[in-house]
Order: sequence, then structure tokens, then C-alpha cells
Amino acid sequence: MTVPILMIDAVSKRFTRRPGLAERLAGKFTGGGKPVTVHALTDVSLEVAKGEVLGIVGESGCGKSTLGRVIAGIHAPTSGSVTLNGQQIADQRRGNIHKLTTQVQMIHQDPFASLNPRMKVGETLAEGPRYHGIIPADQVRTRIRALLEQVGLEAAYADRLPHQFSGGQRQRIAIARALAMQPEVLVLDEAVASLDVSIQAQVLNLFMDLRHDLGLTALFISHDLSVVRHVCDRVAIMYLGRLVELAPADQLYADPRHPYTRALFASIPTVGTGRGRFEAIKGEIPSPIAPPPGCAFHPRCPFAGPRCRAEVPRLTTAGPVRTVACHLNDGGVDMQKGAA
Amino acid sequence: MTAALDVKGLTTRFETRAGHVTAVNDVSFAVQPGRIMGLVGESGSGKSVTGFSILGLIDAPGEVTAGAVLVDGVDLRQLSTEDLRKMRGRKVAMVFQDPMMTLNPVLRVGDQMTMAVRVHQPMSKSDALQHARKALEVVGIPSPAERLKAYPHQLSGGMRQRVAIAMALLHSPSVIIADEATTALDVSIQGQILAEVRELADETGAAIVWITHDLAVVSSLADDICVMYAGRIVERGTAEQVIGGPRHPYTQGLLDSIPARHEPGRKLPQIPGSTPQLSRLPEGCPFQPRCPRATDLCRTEPPLDVRDGQAVLCHHPLEGV
Ligand SMILES: Nc1ncnc2c1ncn2[C@@H]1O[C@H](COP(=O)(O)OP(=O)(O)OP(=O)(O)O)[C@@H](O)[C@H]1O
Ligand SMILES: Nc1ncnc2c1ncn2[C@@H]1O[C@H](COP(=O)(O)OP(=O)(O)OP(=O)(O)O)[C@@H](O)[C@H]1O
Ligand code: SF4
Ligand code: SF4
Ligand SMILES: [Mg+2]
Ligand SMILES: [Mg+2]
Repeated sequence: MTVPILMIDAVSKRFTRRPGLAERLAGKFTGGGKPVTVHALTDVSLEVAKGEVLGIVGESGCGKSTLGRVIAGIHAPTSGSVTLNGQQIADQRRGNIHKLTTQVQMIHQDPFASLNPRMKVGETLAEGPRYHGIIPADQVRTRIRALLEQVGLEAAYADRLPHQFSGGQRQRIAIARALAMQPEVLVLDEAVASLDVSIQAQVLNLFMDLRHDLGLTALFISHDLSVVRHVCDRVAIMYLGRLVELAPADQLYADPRHPYTRALFASIPTVGTGRGRFEAIKGEIPSPIAPPPGCAFHPRCPFAGPRCRAEVPRLTTAGPVRTVACHLNDGGVDMQKGAA
Repeated sequence: MTAALDVKGLTTRFETRAGHVTAVNDVSFAVQPGRIMGLVGESGSGKSVTGFSILGLIDAPGEVTAGAVLVDGVDLRQLSTEDLRKMRGRKVAMVFQDPMMTLNPVLRVGDQMTMAVRVHQPMSKSDALQHARKALEVVGIPSPAERLKAYPHQLSGGMRQRVAIAMALLHSPSVIIADEATTALDVSIQGQILAEVRELADETGAAIVWITHDLAVVSSLADDICVMYAGRIVERGTAEQVIGGPRHPYTQGLLDSIPARHEPGRKLPQIPGSTPQLSRLPEGCPFQPRCPRATDLCRTEPPLDVRDGQAVLCHHPLEGV
């Protein structure tokens, strides 16, 4: 790996909130309406190289968006730090946060919700760069028109309102808006999830083009494993706020090492595998309010042993460029027999 | 064997400010007992309206204007409102994306299930409760007796959807229509439910129409597949036929655009343009502005071309397998 541009070091993020009525009724908490702590991220460390696209995969509530928001400087981590080009993003003194956070831009799932319906597209695109003085005022108009063309839209669309665009076009606009800020890092949070397959391919192609033309560094958050495989160099698998496996995409897909990664791959239907060719992971996703002790995956893991219930597995190397957090990996225990 | 569900020429129109739109256009397909029919298509293609039309649940400004819906040989469209209501729930049941469309938030699961049982089948409360417990077991709910005492919001999203499916099963219906029933769920939970649905079709002999936008789901779940585009079924066949050897250019385009079928990092073949608005369809074949095979002929209505039971609505179908 070349020099990391982005370093995420032992980041944890906890949210404190009051339990909802449903949760209280469900009897998940004793102590009535007292605030509870959500362990959204626990001890996550990652490095992203310049020009790299890192995929972040995991099921709902595992902390993917929270990680994206911490990197974008929207949330301050509870502990740990994030540095971009050697400068801390997290726990910044006030003045700096502004300048730095424009260097990480997020693109969200719902392209409509993220665009102001009453503002012409050109205005929406110009707003950020103008406010932050990123593009000289007299060049804004030309730059915006060039950007629209870069994302495969007509320059004349600058004068239209968002509702005049289809879902795929709106997502192109959202990408253009992020690029207008000339960011160092893009965070795409389920950016193609709401698009129809035929439109999804168009947006993925655009992303791959831009990536090559501009040398983009990106975090690509998605629950769609085949999309992630297609556009990412490396992939991080998360479970209940923790990183459980990290590997180059080709290695991960050819040989998933963590039992959760394996189970996830096996449980996802793919086109053309034929009837019934998937295996379900048993059990439910545990609550991040009361994560199971030891390895959080142990209640659902076919290999779980006594050690798994007591001790949190550490991320350890599982090859020159890959890591995995599972006792099977460091104890030399094989998958047939389970952890000691 | 008579089909459990036989839909013939179903057509549903909506009155809109832009004039009439035909959301479901001459839709025909049949589902045999114990088989799963995957109804797949992109957003706005008419999947949900098809489901609602089958059940006679279309309200103004919409209207089913033509067609027959035969369930075990009885045409639902010929029934009185009262008889149709009796058929719904008993013979034909529906499962929605949001289980709270089925579940009553203020009633315990057991109470609403026993009520639902006794609407169509006279039996004692305790017998009905037994019946409900069995239905929960069928959909893989652990410790069903406890869940019967729970309110819907005390269950996880996956559990709620299972309860909704169990409700649909209560009267051993001949036909179950499920609309995006696992779309909102996590992949691991979706996997569990799909496995149970497959078993359910095999064991109870219910005919299932599984509506989804997810090709991967239909490809691994369904026996037969219908592909919808702009209100029409443009291709219909067994899952092997449609996935393995699509004959409609749109089906081919959809399958081609799936990343898993290509070398990572390569440009994906893409269908140009975007999904059409029903109020602004071209003359003839609705796919024509996006179709790589289109000719002048495509400005006229495409014919139904049937080969080995695989049917496509196209002037220039592909070879298939
Ligand atoms: N602002 C917040 N306040 C309280 N809890 C939060 C907040 N943001 C996230 N959480 C909680 O933190 C956990 C992780 O949430 P996050 O949105 O990062 O998950 P995710 O992996 O992005 O899930 P999804 O796939 O559903 O988008 C969840 O349990 C969520 O409820
Ligand atoms: N009440 C209504 N009034 C007018 N048009 C309607 C109404 N309901 C549905 N339509 C139209 O019918 C068409 C088909 O809608 P439908 O909901 O069946 O699509 P779908 O295939 O289920 O899409 P999705 O995947 O987004 O659920 C759409 O173009 C929609 O605009
Ligand atoms: S640490 Fe134990 S429970 Fe966790 S994934 Fe590994 S074997 Fe399974
Ligand atoms: S009828 Fe013509 S335009 Fe329509 S799908 Fe067939 S070839 Fe394409
Ligand atoms: Mg998220
Ligand atoms: Mg629908």
C-alpha cells in the first residue's frame, strides 16, 4: 500500500438516547425511560491510500453511516482519531473543522431528499464552492457547466429544478455537487441503493470513469456485495459496530475468512445460481445497545466456543494484506472443529 | 392440473390529469399449486397494481377494465363484493412490504391471529390459538407461544414480517401474493424468510406470486418468472429460461447490467435512457427508445412470440437457449 491519505485510528462512537416506547415495552431495558448507550462504532482502525476505493459492508445498524459521518467530520468520535493528510479531522479545535471537512464529501442514498427542491440545479452546485471560496467567483458558472457535462448531463440542465430529473439523473447531480467541492475523499453512502438496476449500471459506470479520470479516493458504503466487488479495491466487513474483516476485494470474495463474512456471502441470493441456492444465517441481529459479550457474532456463529463468549477477538493479520477478528484465526483452530 | 391462479388479460387504468394511463396492460400468467412465480420489474412498471388488481383492491381513480382472475377456477371479477371479501384472506392472501399494513399495533399477535382465524372458520378460541401457533411455527418463529403474547412493536422487523406471512397462511390459501415482502429486511433475515417461503410452497402447495424489483431474489426463489415493463409482461417463462436464455431485449439488458456477471472494474453494459412515464409511452413497443434491436416495425404493437412455453412480447426476439 502507498501512503495513506486517510487514517482512522481506534475510533469509537457512542450515542446516548432515551429508549423508544417500543423498546421499553419490549422489556429490553430495566430502568424505564433512562438514557441508553448505543455502541455504534467500537475501536475501528483503518487506513485508506490515495486513489483507493474502500468498500464498507455490513447489515443495517452495524455502523457504516456513522463511520462515514465521523470521517466527514459530521460526528465527533467518542474516542480515537481520524486524520486526513496528516491533519486531524476529529477532535479539532473549532476553526479548523470548517476547512478540513470540505475535503471529505458525502453522497447519500436518496438523491431527492438531499437536493433542495426549490433551488435550480446550477445554484445547488455553486452554493458550496462559492461559500467556501473554493472556485473563484467569476469561474463558478463555467466550472458548474463543465461539472454537469462530466457527470453525463447537459450543461443547460443548470437552469432546471430537481423534480424535473429522474432518480439516476438526480444521483448524478448529487455526485457533481460533491465534486464541485474538490474533495480529497468521497464517502458514498448507499449511493446506488435506491436506483433501478438499469440506472444503477449507468451511475456505477460514471463513478468508475470519474475515479480513473480524477484519481478519486473513496469510501463506498453498500449492503450490495456484488456492487462492492465491482468497484472496490479493498473491502471492510462490519458487524455490530466493529470491523471484523478487511481484505483486498479479490481475496475476500475468493476466500472469506471470518465466519460472519462467509455466512453473509452464502446467505445472499445471486442471479443465476438457481433455486434455493443460498443458506440463511440463523438467529437475529443483536442490539447495539447491549452487544453480546466476547465476539458479538457468537450467538449466531456455527464455530463459537467458550473463548468466543468471553473474549473479544482482536484484528490480527491473516496474510500479507488482510486482517480478520476471529479466535479461529489466531488460535490456529480449524473451522471444522470450532474455537477452543 | 388446473392452475391455482390464472390471470387472463388483466388491464387496469388510472384516470390522471394527463389522461388515462394503463398501469397494467393485458397481463396474463398462470401459477400452478406449489409453484412460485416471480414478478419482477423496475420501479413503476406495474407490479403492485397487478397484485392489487388480482385481489380486487383497486379504488378510484383506478379501475380494472378487462380480464379474468381465476382462483381454483372461480373468476374473482365475477363475484359480488361480499363473496370477494370471503375469498380474500381465505383463498387468496396478500403480504406487503410493510407488515404493519397487515398487523394491528394495539392488539397482541395471538389476539389478532385468533380473530383472523375465526372470521372464516368457526372454532373455539383455544383451537384458534393452537392454529395460530402452528402457523407461526411454519414460518420459523422460535418459541411461538411467547410471541403470541407480544404486541407487534415488541418484535423485530423480520419477526413482524414472519407474523404477517403466518397470518396469510391461516386459512391455507390457494394463492399468496407477496409484494416486496423482504425488501426492507436485512440480507441475513431475508435469506431466512426466502428459505421458509420456498419450503412453504413445497409443503403446503400454495401458489405464490413473489413481487420484487430484485432479480437475484427471483432467480434463486422462483420456479417461473414474469418480467414487467411499462405495465406489460414482456417476458414469461421458467426461471431457467428467463435467466439462462432471455429472449426479450429488455430482460437481456437487465441481466447484462448486473455487476456480478462481469469482471470487477469493467464498464457495465447499460440500458440507455430511463424508465418511461406511462403517460408518455411511444407508439408500439414501449421499450423501443432504449432498445438496441429496434426497427421501424417496432412502432407497431409487438406480437406475443411463444417457444417452449417461453413467451416474449417483441418483434425481434433473441434466440435464447
Ligand atoms: N444520531 C444518532 N443518535 C442515536 N443513535 C444513532 C444515531 N445515529 C446512528 N445511531 C445508531 O447507531 C447504530 C449504527 O447506525 P448506522 O446508521 O451507522 O448504521 P448503518 O450501518 O449505516 O445502517 P443502515 O444499513 O441501516 O444504514 C444504530 O443502532 C443506530 O440506531
Ligand atoms: N392511485 C394511482 N393513481 C394514478 N396512477 C397510479 C396510482 N397507483 C399507481 N399508479 C401508476 O401505476 C404505475 C405502476 O405502479 P406500481 O405501484 O404498480 O409500480 P411497481 O412496479 O409496484 O413499482 P415499485 O417497484 O416502485 O413498487 C405507476 O406508473 C404509477 O404511477
Ligand atoms: S470469534 Fe468465535 S464466535 Fe466469533 S466469529 Fe470467530 S469463531 Fe465465531
Ligand atoms: S419490439 Fe422492437 S423495440 Fe420492442 S423490444 Fe422487441 S426489438 Fe426492441
Ligand atoms: Mg446507513
Ligand atoms: Mg410496488
